[in-house]
Amino acid sequence: MADKTEIRYLTPISIDTQKEKYCRFKKKRIKFIDYKDPNFLLKLVNEQGKILPRRVTGTSLKYQRRVAQAIKRARHLALLPYVADLLKN
Amino acid sequence: MTNRYETVFILTPVLSEEQAKEAVAKFKSLLKDAGAKMHHEEDWGLRKLAYPIQKKSTGFYHLVEFEAEGSVIADMELAFRRDERVIRFLTVRMDKHAIEYAEKRRNNKSKEKANA
Repeated sequence: MADKTEIRYLTPISIDTQKEKYCRFKKKRIKFIDYKDPNFLLKLVNEQGKILPRRVTGTSLKYQRRVAQAIKRARHLALLPYVADLLKN
Repeated sequence: MTNRYETVFILTPVLSEEQAKEAVAKFKSLLKDAGAKMHHEEDWGLRKLAYPIQKKSTGFYHLVEFEAEGSVIADMELAFRRDERVIRFLTVRMDKHAIEYAEKRRNNKSKEKANA
């Protein structure tokens, strides 16, 4: 009887096995985040120029603080926009 | 006690190349007179700004790296504020990681030049 209630799948369902997040700065041993390099900082903002959260990028808290600082400096020097639309197209 | 500083400033695009060079020379001599030791300087040339500043959409970027007393910075920034040719500036004190990074960056740059 128990067999009948059991649901069988033809292909095994993919249970959310999230890829392990890692901090790119720790992995690559980057100690200093350069505010003068807008092309690199572009990876850490969304299309509107907002700083991406840690939960998306996987950056550790220590480096997230430095990322935020670097992006804000770059914005001040007009290397990155404060507000934008379709920054990555 | 001296610290290592890095300053990036933007000059208005209204200036000619000559005038821009003259302005840069002025700030450099100001630093030297204050007893700063110059380490490095870079001219990024005329760059597009990410957003308009004082209704200008481009500017001459310049970077200087130097070692000086902290009191020099106030004088330098005052000179920047008084000078109409400067539309934006940023001074950063460099920690050991920043110095290491800057040296690496310089080496890469000089290598690129050698290869080219």
